[in-house]
Amino acid sequence: MTETALGWWGVPLAVFAGAMRSSTPFLFVSLGELLTEKSGRINLGQEGILVLGAMCGYGVAFLSGSPWLGVLVAGCAGAMLGSVHAALCSLPRVNDIALGIAVMLFGTGLAFYLGKPFIQPQAPRLPAISFGWWSSVPQVQAALQVNVLFLLGAGLAPMLAWGLTHTRWGLILQTVGDSADAARALGYSVHRVRWAATALGGFLAGVGGSFLSLYYPGSWNEGLSSGQGLMAVALVIFARWQPIYCFGAALLFGGAGALGPALQSVGITQGYYLFNAAPYVLTLALMICTSAPQQRLAGAPGELGVRDG
Amino acid sequence: MRSAKQQEIVAAVCLPLGALVVSLLVFGVFVAGSGTSPLTAYTLMYMGGFGTWFSWQNTLQRAAPLILTALCTAIPAHLGLVIIGGEGALVLGGLGAVVTALHLPGGTPWLVQLAMALAGMVAGGLLILVAGALRHYRGVNETISSLLLTYIAIAVFNHLVEGPMRDPASLNKPSTAALDEAHMLGMLPGMEVHWGLVYGLLACVLVYVLMARTVFGFAARVAGGNARAAQLSGLPIGRLILTGCFLAGAAAGLAGMVEVAAVHGRANASLAVGYGYTGILVAFLARHHPLAIIPVAVLLGGIGASGGLLQRRLGLPDATVLVLQGILFVVILASEGLRPAPTQSRQTLRECLQVTGRVAS
Repeated sequence: MTETALGWWGVPLAVFAGAMRSSTPFLFVSLGELLTEKSGRINLGQEGILVLGAMCGYGVAFLSGSPWLGVLVAGCAGAMLGSVHAALCSLPRVNDIALGIAVMLFGTGLAFYLGKPFIQPQAPRLPAISFGWWSSVPQVQAALQVNVLFLLGAGLAPMLAWGLTHTRWGLILQTVGDSADAARALGYSVHRVRWAATALGGFLAGVGGSFLSLYYPGSWNEGLSSGQGLMAVALVIFARWQPIYCFGAALLFGGAGALGPALQSVGITQGYYLFNAAPYVLTLALMICTSAPQQRLAGAPGELGVRDG
Repeated sequence: MRSAKQQEIVAAVCLPLGALVVSLLVFGVFVAGSGTSPLTAYTLMYMGGFGTWFSWQNTLQRAAPLILTALCTAIPAHLGLVIIGGEGALVLGGLGAVVTALHLPGGTPWLVQLAMALAGMVAGGLLILVAGALRHYRGVNETISSLLLTYIAIAVFNHLVEGPMRDPASLNKPSTAALDEAHMLGMLPGMEVHWGLVYGLLACVLVYVLMARTVFGFAARVAGGNARAAQLSGLPIGRLILTGCFLAGAAAGLAGMVEVAAVHGRANASLAVGYGYTGILVAFLARHHPLAIIPVAVLLGGIGASGGLLQRRLGLPDATVLVLQGILFVVILASEGLRPAPTQSRQTLRECLQVTGRVAS
């Protein structure tokens, strides 16, 4: 009934709601990857960390009954996997991109292995705050159900932006990322800073994963993430290594991901799979537009091996 | 004193073997953690992969696509590119092969098979070509773009197989119409292993000759060492990258054709079961050497083949194989850290190239 009342307006509303709902994992993973990349390393393993975080969060929430404990454990699992990446990258001649692919496959495999028993049961979900009390339209109310993690992420972005430029830790991190030699000359341990940044980045990616299994879509299965972690890595480049831009980009990606289901809800089921590919196409298009063949990208940490120009 | 060359060869053989042993030990601890005896698991894995003639056939059957998808990562690696889009190229290759075969009803079998192989190679090749072109002309990171292209390719594949190209008779598993029996790839004489394995072996030998014995291969390796120096010496970097990427995708596309024409007989979701991703691991384990890919693919094929046995006998999840692959991948990369420093001659060459590059910039 309400479908007809809203008609086509349901599509932008659903996209808007979807942007807020599906952007949270993008936001956390991209902020985590941003920290890692600021230290001068790329961690493509964020995808695997995301999936492992989703599984751990769901499992712990189911066993303990507390979704928040699940979020915490998901973060810790992510930090551990991030540490593995960081520790092995410190060895000579170990390539961070290749190791990222390995961590991606390992994290996903581990999550599928350990997560088998949790596919059926229903874990408690994370709470949401309703901002839609003023409206009588159910869709609007549903659209304004905002998850606490989304608000946390939205708060974290400006905090990171401030922290990176105004705190001692932020400045050390940026120094290590821009010139490892300079950081060494100043007496900082490059390995230790990168380890901390990658572990913290893994923590955030794990939290992002727990959102997938504990809020939206809200269950654990093996098809839960298909590249969100990887898209988040691309998103950081698009956001020019700025936390605030990450927030905007995450919203954009979330909206693109919601396009398929939104169109389906108004009866367009024709190209369901094609609409689901929208986020990938968008990511690729953005990468094409924002990359440049010759010069270094503005804002890129100097030590980053994204491109060897 | 052993010569540096000898040392290098010893390292090239011992490090991967050592990594394999370490991975199996870590995996054993892991399996023990979930209440299964590691020894039982090892025995079953050996039995399932290499214990009997039957399991050998299963292993070789799985090795065939792995050999081809590994080339998809290995060829660009010589050019200094990390491509991980083999799964997408495989899926498109399978689709291209099916479309071709369905449009050529009643043709001579070998001609149809040739057309299918060519179509599969072109379809897969074009996908990876896009990643290479984006890298060369726009500086887009090829690792991320090739994986994104894979997701897009799989979406297009699903759309076509469940929509316009769906055979209405395929109820619970949407598929395209089936290939004509006569157009399927047959089995090798005397065994239950299809001709795809021979395709794979041939491809590896051809790529080896191309990389080690031709001007293209030499130019590709120079470009992979230092792109700027290669450019200064007048090498056509763009053409090298585009050709290399097309060949890479064509190999994975051929894997798709083989899977369709020898195993499934039609295109459906069983095509995207991860051969493309395992192929990445095969390539890295073989250190991107085209001939080393063959034994490594057989090994990984064996591990894959034993997955079913582990699942049935020990009740381990089907992802057990994925865990072992993940451990193996991480350990093999970490073992690079133990490799002796590059030999004198190579180092000098690399330094020369770097100096040339720096002077130019």
